[in-house]
Amino acid sequence: MASNTRKSPSAANGAASQEAVPDELGFRVVHHSVPRKDGPQKVTGRATYTADVHIPRMTYAKVLRSELAHARIVSIDTSAALQRPGVVAVVTGQDLMSLNMRNYGHAVKDHPVLAYDKVRYIGEPVAAVVAEDETTAQEALADIVVEYEELSAVITVEEALAEGAPLVHEQGYDQGVSPGHVDVDTSNKRSNVCQENHVRWGDVDAAFARAARVIKGDYTYPMTFAYPMEPYVSIADYTEEGLTMYSAAQHLYMVRNDVAGVFGLPLNRVRMITPFIGGGYGAKSYTKIEPLTAVCSWKARRPVRLQLTVEESILTTRADDSKVHIETAVDENGKLLARRAMIYLNTGAFAENSPLVSSKTAIRIIGPYLYDAVDITSYAIYTNTCPASSYRGFGISQIGLPAEGQMNELAAMLGEDSLQFRLKNLADSGQRFFPKKRPLTADVKGDIIKATEALGWNDPLPPNRGRGLGVLVTDAGAVPVGRSEVRVYGDGSVTVFSGSTEMGQGSMTVLAQIAAEEFGTSMGNVRVMQSDTALVPFARSTGADRTTTLEGRTVLQACVEAKEQIRVMAADIWEAAPEDIVLEPTGVMSEGRRMGWGEVIGKYFDLSDMEVTGRAHIRQKDEFAELPPWWEPAIAAVEVEVNPDTGKVTVHKLVTVADIGLAINPATSEGQDLGSATMGIGVALGEELVYDGQQLSNGSILDYRIPRFSDVPANSHGILVENQDGIGPYGAKGIGDGPTSVICAAVANGIYQATGVWLHDAPFTPERVWRAIREQRAAQAQG
Amino acid sequence: MNGVAVEQEIEPQESLASFLRERLRLTGTKVSCDVQVCGACTVLVDGLPVSACTYLAYEARDRDVLTVEGLAPSDGELHPLQRAFLEDNAYQCGFCTSGMLLTAKSLLDTNPTATEEEIVEYMDGNLCRCTGYRPIVAAIKRVQGELA
Repeated sequence: MASNTRKSPSAANGAASQEAVPDELGFRVVHHSVPRKDGPQKVTGRATYTADVHIPRMTYAKVLRSELAHARIVSIDTSAALQRPGVVAVVTGQDLMSLNMRNYGHAVKDHPVLAYDKVRYIGEPVAAVVAEDETTAQEALADIVVEYEELSAVITVEEALAEGAPLVHEQGYDQGVSPGHVDVDTSNKRSNVCQENHVRWGDVDAAFARAARVIKGDYTYPMTFAYPMEPYVSIADYTEEGLTMYSAAQHLYMVRNDVAGVFGLPLNRVRMITPFIGGGYGAKSYTKIEPLTAVCSWKARRPVRLQLTVEESILTTRADDSKVHIETAVDENGKLLARRAMIYLNTGAFAENSPLVSSKTAIRIIGPYLYDAVDITSYAIYTNTCPASSYRGFGISQIGLPAEGQMNELAAMLGEDSLQFRLKNLADSGQRFFPKKRPLTADVKGDIIKATEALGWNDPLPPNRGRGLGVLVTDAGAVPVGRSEVRVYGDGSVTVFSGSTEMGQGSMTVLAQIAAEEFGTSMGNVRVMQSDTALVPFARSTGADRTTTLEGRTVLQACVEAKEQIRVMAADIWEAAPEDIVLEPTGVMSEGRRMGWGEVIGKYFDLSDMEVTGRAHIRQKDEFAELPPWWEPAIAAVEVEVNPDTGKVTVHKLVTVADIGLAINPATSEGQDLGSATMGIGVALGEELVYDGQQLSNGSILDYRIPRFSDVPANSHGILVENQDGIGPYGAKGIGDGPTSVICAAVANGIYQATGVWLHDAPFTPERVWRAIREQRAAQAQG
Repeated sequence: MNGVAVEQEIEPQESLASFLRERLRLTGTKVSCDVQVCGACTVLVDGLPVSACTYLAYEARDRDVLTVEGLAPSDGELHPLQRAFLEDNAYQCGFCTSGMLLTAKSLLDTNPTATEEEIVEYMDGNLCRCTGYRPIVAAIKRVQGELA
């Protein structure tokens, strides 16, 4: 039986008890797998999530959803619902008319808080009932009568782009808070194109003309759901003083901006609090149900909780599905010349974050390879389906199979080993493979050598088995803007204030490790306060793997700034020049005299519980001027087995590589990569939302199967590559998006090695694989 | 209820999960799928795992109900599974963790020497979207090692 080769955290880099002993790099707390700060709460059930918050006088909302894919709302009769005992308020689109804005959206403000003129997909919120209890609210939904005038709908990209297709949106909308990096079409609409995006350099036609070999292919990536275990949930309390909200929101500051816009409230009167988040993976980035919950509270004049079911969560945000046509050209030596691609994303009824997803597909389909020329076009297309938005890695999953599946197929066509073919064509660390962007910040060649060695790339293959590899890079980190504060108390304890959220990724732990390292103190002496817009500094988002790297840098700088303040205080106490004060790991020293950090503060103020606050920020300037802040590789190698009689694919071995710069916490870093790879296995083997006509036919956990224990190979191995070459604290680089995106391509290569069949349409369900094998056998019999 | 007798009037249709969370404010039991598929709401009734989201509260009359809040033997002391979950980072977001712990307890109570295949089979009804499951298997095996 294969054993688990993944190292346990205590073995990975020294257990907690050893945290005071500097490691080979001189670190005591960072670069150690110290226990997570949130662990004791999470294993005892004490950890508070949004659904666990209870406010006095709280009421409960439920949502009536459209049963039509595209229709004009003629009338809504709420009178019967209002008469039901226990009902506090009923909210419809008519209530929005007196608000500052009826629509929200950080990219483009196309998303109505509630449908007010027409509905655009089955499942769109049309009305909400607020009641004293959830059951009453649910029952009262049946009392609401909605009269519709049905319109013809577009469900697929092909239908949406057909001549004379009905328009999902007839007009343009204002841009949201994030202009610049999402080039949405805000003009008045005459098509269903939400956004068109191009990445071009070199003369692609000339490169293809002189190519020795050209490969072309069409690929599809399924409609998926990120499936955080915690469904969407928000609590709103709208009073004359302002709005206070609890929500399972990754980017609470962007949500604040959206809800402030709806009510025309100043930013300081919207307080967003994010308790622990029960998983996000992109599905909880940007604004979801918060405006509706807030409007319910505004109308009901009571605190309101809106808790969705998993089925409703799927109807709230899914991931974009994609169709890609891609062509790649090589010269006579097998060197890459050019790549061109057309990417179509089915974005659903509202833009959400799909414009950014679309623009990222066009960048990420190129990969860390050296091309003379590329010409990539991506489209985000409105359809009458539930809205699509971020999913782990912003667009990289949608292009992983075409980008790296075609690379595998090209290597096979040339008769080359796909590892050697890649090594010949990948960029080196420090090489500018993408014009006007930061040179590559990772050793992807070394990384894939490590991955394949760990997998046993050249070992003899048992029958019906195959291996595959995938490597891509994301332009990670989003926008380098952020700030943090670090408070040092007279007793030497330290609190980090950060706008980032703790969604399982371990931000609370990593930020505490940085402060503990800087003040020479223990993890237990550092507290982290996060995600409350009234109290902690701004964080643009918790996504794109930016927290450790960008927020971590500001925490590190804030620690340094606090220590500088303490240096000046020590100089005052000792009547010395500040430059004569030496900063040691645990405090200050001058002429043989020593004081701890807290001691200085206490003596300076003559008050032992006084405090000092260090502050720091970053913006897109100086070392952060060039984007992206770092390139994050996605690397995985797999060995799969295909049952030729049933088409069932089993992943037997998995190797992931995280080119992480420096792992602040090696154990949690490895955990991110295995979790990410598992999501990729889910899509490779079976995850797919299916529209049957205008209706989502499998939008529930009963019918949408995510990976289980038995789907993850016992033989899984995570490798951390630590070259300290990142822009983050101590040379760290963010991870977490991880290898999700490349699993499909790696598995497809394994299926090819096992069966001789190339699959272009994920997921590789037993039926699809079996049919492909049958077709190939039939063709061979004929041919 | 976690070793203490509890007497409450309930609605006939009330689920055990809602009884625990809303009436007793024992919010460690999480509700995710609400249709007995994901295992997040798993609690032990007379030592056997049930999905509290679909188990009627009245069925728990005169029975022993164990939730995550009752897993630790005393304040300041953790159950071996809780310690192992911490040691192996067998959780990330934590939303599935309560159900994982209680299903794992039931497994080890009924089959303390379960093989890896048996662990995977027994735990297969509990979903986790963060960890990739292997750290959870490692934690269960760690406890087996301590018991052995």
